[in-house]
Amino acid sequence: MPVAQTGSDRIWKRRDRRTQLTVWAVQLSCLMVFVYCWSLVSDKTIWEFVYDAPHQAGDMASRMVPPAWDYMDQLWVAIWDTINIATLGTMMAVVLAFPIAFLAARNTTPSVVFVRPIALFIIVSSRSINSLLWALMLVTIIGPGVLAGVLAIGFRSIGFCAKLLYEAIEEIDTTQVEAVTATGASGPQVLHYGIVPQILPAFAGISVFRWDINIRESTVLGLVGAGGIGLQLNASINNVAWTQVSLILLVILGTVIVSEWVSAKVRHAII
Amino acid sequence: MLRLTDLVKQYKTGDKALKNVNLEVPDGQVMALIGPSGAGKSTLIRCVNRLVEPTSGKIHLNDLELTTLGQGSLRRTRRRMGMIFQEYALVERLTVMENVLSGRLGYVPFWRSYFRKFPQADVNEAFRLLERVGLDHMVDKRADELSGGQRQRVGICRALIQNPELLLVDEPTASLDPKTSRQIMRLIRELCEERKLSAIINIHDVLLAQMFAERIVGLQLGEIVYDGPPDGLTPDVLTQIYGEEDWEATIEKVDDEDELGDDTPPQQQAATSN
Repeated sequence: MPVAQTGSDRIWKRRDRRTQLTVWAVQLSCLMVFVYCWSLVSDKTIWEFVYDAPHQAGDMASRMVPPAWDYMDQLWVAIWDTINIATLGTMMAVVLAFPIAFLAARNTTPSVVFVRPIALFIIVSSRSINSLLWALMLVTIIGPGVLAGVLAIGFRSIGFCAKLLYEAIEEIDTTQVEAVTATGASGPQVLHYGIVPQILPAFAGISVFRWDINIRESTVLGLVGAGGIGLQLNASINNVAWTQVSLILLVILGTVIVSEWVSAKVRHAII
Repeated sequence: MLRLTDLVKQYKTGDKALKNVNLEVPDGQVMALIGPSGAGKSTLIRCVNRLVEPTSGKIHLNDLELTTLGQGSLRRTRRRMGMIFQEYALVERLTVMENVLSGRLGYVPFWRSYFRKFPQADVNEAFRLLERVGLDHMVDKRADELSGGQRQRVGICRALIQNPELLLVDEPTASLDPKTSRQIMRLIRELCEERKLSAIINIHDVLLAQMFAERIVGLQLGEIVYDGPPDGLTPDVLTQIYGEEDWEATIEKVDDEDELGDDTPPQQQAATSN
């Protein structure tokens, strides 16, 4: 009913009356939910602590400067471990995610009824567990160290990479696949000539993007004993050595900036 | 010789794309299949190489019945039928050479195609074909760098390197400008004559169909409503195929046009078309 006749003109409105009222009702209920949640949070907050926050923050900041620069000697190895955890974990994830994505994609899976649900289950379970939780479990199972970190990053990233990749596979141009099929090519040949070239840019982009995320994630894995710079961070916090903590935070910041720069460069080169 | 007998295709939605089509294409004949969108032209040629599975009916390529073939023999039979597509359907991120050689995939084992180790005879043939269509200087270009006409030439090479007996051509000129359309149609026609190929060419452009095909079949709602020579397409026949329209201008003066002058060398075309 957005068009109504008034005299000689036909009036056009974006929404009719009923739709407009619905839109307003939805907006109003969203606002009410927000206000209600706000009051809940407010009731459970000890406001005296919050009023004190600027003072506390200032106090902590003053204890953090100047960063303990000479502590850097011990950080080089830790940051190297961190980068290795991220890189090896990503490589492991990418290698495993590639076949899983083909099993999960609707247009390439050997069986929609049996294989696809299994592949999707692997993807979901890998994604639903945070890498810190993976690390926690793996440290218990295989003991503390870099290997636990690599596996934690790897397990968490399989789902991420496979999900994005299978979505890319489902969006390919089917006529190119048809054309390769029409030449009499076999199944693996159709996959290799018709599908893989189309998803290769997505594949490379996803891998680099995940590596970039993993650099950040691997900096905290040490908190649960899975190696890397997080170990030092944990130790410094426990020793209330705030000048060391600030140096570690600076090093993490620097590493993340470098990794973002590298991944941006690589993605630019591929696409 | 290709023979379709009582070919029926019914899609899952219930639409009957082909209703008891009977058609015979003798060796060496270039046949144009015309008809409005949705008449079943694409379905018909896709049934022949079974990219679309026919619902019932028989398809014979010489003495071989195609509708009952198993996977392996279907693949071996597909090698005998080259297909050329509307939007070229080249693998965009592969090079011209890789695209042409992909026409040999049915003949080489997986590991050879994986490492791009095609037999030298295939590579020689690829070079020869690319030279024939005027693209031998573009071997290493990626397919997505080419113009429409150049891509369709690569598509033609890919179909011909299969060494087919039959060409299935689906709207080869639908995305090309009028001049390139004519060049492509002439090329297909010439190559069919050189190699004694038969061809089914789906085409929207009635004029092009008349110019380059020896026989025209009109399809309407899955049924053949015209089968005859190009000059038999009278306004009445076109009305029967497509519906009421003023057809006089469409079928005017087909054979008087001077066709020989406008074949631009491909190099020059490459320079202007990017």
